[in-house]
Amino acid sequence: MQLLEFQAKELFREYGINLLNSISSTNIEEGRKHAKELGYPFVIKIQVPVGGRGKAGGIQKCQNDDEFEIKYPQVMDLTIKGEKARAILLEKMADIKKELYLSIFLNRSKRCYTIIASAEGGVEIESVKNQIIKEIGLGEVSDEVAQEVAKEMGLEGKHAEGVIDTLKKLSKLTIEKEAELVEINPLAIMQDDTIMALDGKFVTDDNSNFRHPELEKYQEKSAIEEQAEKSGFSLVELDGDIAVVGNGAGLVMSTLDMLSDNGGKPACFLDVGGGATTESVYEALTLISKLDRVKGILVNLYGGIVKTTVVAEAFLKAYEDNVIDLPVFSRLKGTESEKATEMLQGSRTKIFSTVEEAINAAVMGVKK
Amino acid sequence: MTDIFALLKGNPGDPDFEKKGVIVQGITGAYGSLHARNMIAYGTNVVAGVTPGKGGQKFEDKVPIYNTMKEAVDATNAKISIVFVPAKFFLGAAKDALEAGIKLLVAIPEHVPVRDTMEALELAKQKDAVIIGPNTPGIMIPELIKIGIMPPMPFKAGKIAVLSKSGTLLYEISDALTNSGFGQSITIGIGGDPVNGTRLIDAFEMVKDIPDLEGMVVVGEIGGDSEEMLAQRIIDSGFNKPTVAYIAGRAAPKEKRMGHAGAIVMGTYGSAESKVSMFNKANIPVAKRPAEVPVLLAGKMEKSD
Repeated sequence: MQLLEFQAKELFREYGINLLNSISSTNIEEGRKHAKELGYPFVIKIQVPVGGRGKAGGIQKCQNDDEFEIKYPQVMDLTIKGEKARAILLEKMADIKKELYLSIFLNRSKRCYTIIASAEGGVEIESVKNQIIKEIGLGEVSDEVAQEVAKEMGLEGKHAEGVIDTLKKLSKLTIEKEAELVEINPLAIMQDDTIMALDGKFVTDDNSNFRHPELEKYQEKSAIEEQAEKSGFSLVELDGDIAVVGNGAGLVMSTLDMLSDNGGKPACFLDVGGGATTESVYEALTLISKLDRVKGILVNLYGGIVKTTVVAEAFLKAYEDNVIDLPVFSRLKGTESEKATEMLQGSRTKIFSTVEEAINAAVMGVKK
Repeated sequence: MTDIFALLKGNPGDPDFEKKGVIVQGITGAYGSLHARNMIAYGTNVVAGVTPGKGGQKFEDKVPIYNTMKEAVDATNAKISIVFVPAKFFLGAAKDALEAGIKLLVAIPEHVPVRDTMEALELAKQKDAVIIGPNTPGIMIPELIKIGIMPPMPFKAGKIAVLSKSGTLLYEISDALTNSGFGQSITIGIGGDPVNGTRLIDAFEMVKDIPDLEGMVVVGEIGGDSEEMLAQRIIDSGFNKPTVAYIAGRAAPKEKRMGHAGAIVMGTYGSAESKVSMFNKANIPVAKRPAEVPVLLAGKMEKSD
């Protein structure tokens, strides 16, 4: 899960990392109150769990009440990479001398935490120049390494001290909360030579959630995602009209790719897990029925030991119970597939022997 | 480098040649018992099970159960274990196994915290042991030994090595290979987690020198840079057996986790484009669909003839 900026900053504050004054709000009335408390000038920042906010107009300077009344709703109404605003952060305007970059991430191939730092921050990580990269094992960053990083960034005196201090706090935060990525970009040298985190990105390892009840309040799940998780499914909502269901993440991704190649638009990614039972498939169909935009369901199950008749039963039951009222295009690989095809004769579910056929039928089917 | 075949088969002349003992950790759980049964049916020599508190009992009236891995290893001298415990107990089970002298640990659980995986890997490194997974379907030499949860049906003994991040795609693609006459010498599930005990490059090192290897298939997916590293390693090593890749997740949105904990694109890091372009650089064709894999492999073989 990727936290919002203001949530990441709550954690930064808890660990003593320097921040500008800021307040988050979810509507303009609240926002007006905060504007008074904070005082102009400040920056209006959209809170979305994706990058690229600045370019999309999601960060606006604000000098007075008139500007506030125009810009707050403007920013609030933006959609960035498909994500709507979760909140608006008002943050004091900063007097910056220089922008730096600092992050600690879980290095997947090296299997350890790794620091990336640069004296040239403020741009997206791909464009950050002169990156200093240091692998630090599984423990907190040592004084020596922190000093080395500051030195390689070309920092001295107060600036070096500030960056060393920030890096050590950042590393403590990363390890204690088991983050996959914690990034400060930009980390700024202010006019008064203090070091401040002007932005914050924090990605958790969701598999360690059971050890971090304190992060639970940041969990953002739609009702349907929550239900999917309860059933042991993985669900990612997409904006097309064909729901894609399968067993195994790789297989569902592969089905999504082939559907897109054939001009279809996936409405969701739904992985019911390795096995497939009547219950799990029925449950999956129930979830999909709650997505309004869906016009058809594409099912791709590779059952090694799964009986396809079991899956056919789930389809029949879902129609019988009026859970779904949509055509299903299904490829079921497994045992007893002839019997399953027979069972589904006359229903709105069609079984195909290859996924390509099922996809073509689905793409044609939803056009009608 | 790990001689995976010495671990899985042993050497001719060993009393347990081609019958290497395997211990099942979590053998009395619903999942562990189901797959212990399936492995035995496949011909895997399951010599012991471990479930704390159930020591002294027998699984299916045959396989002795022990409370700890130390007891199980002392009694059987097995070097291989497969772990079916819930994710939050994985680190404890892995330590128990590695401390007891296990050299090949197959980690089935999904949702293991990355930190726990990294700690288990540090210990494995000290003990000179190999971890496959977590979140893997396992490893197998078709028609000889299966240490995992894969259904037997798609696999057939042969001369192609298959390395895969995904479970069901491993089955799907092996099935397509088998149907086209390409049996498999070994299949290794890397796992869908961000950190893998055996990375694609490690698995490649395990299979690249198989004497009668005729080709290799790599089943990757978005996330991380395991595929890019492998492509580079193939270029550097001069490996010239026909190789074909498949990458799942081209149509996946960025910054969304697609089912597997590791399947996420951050910026350009982990993107399908990056992987495909590296494979192309290594002169490895990338199939657009699973069904295309055997076709491309046959094409590659014709050229190398």
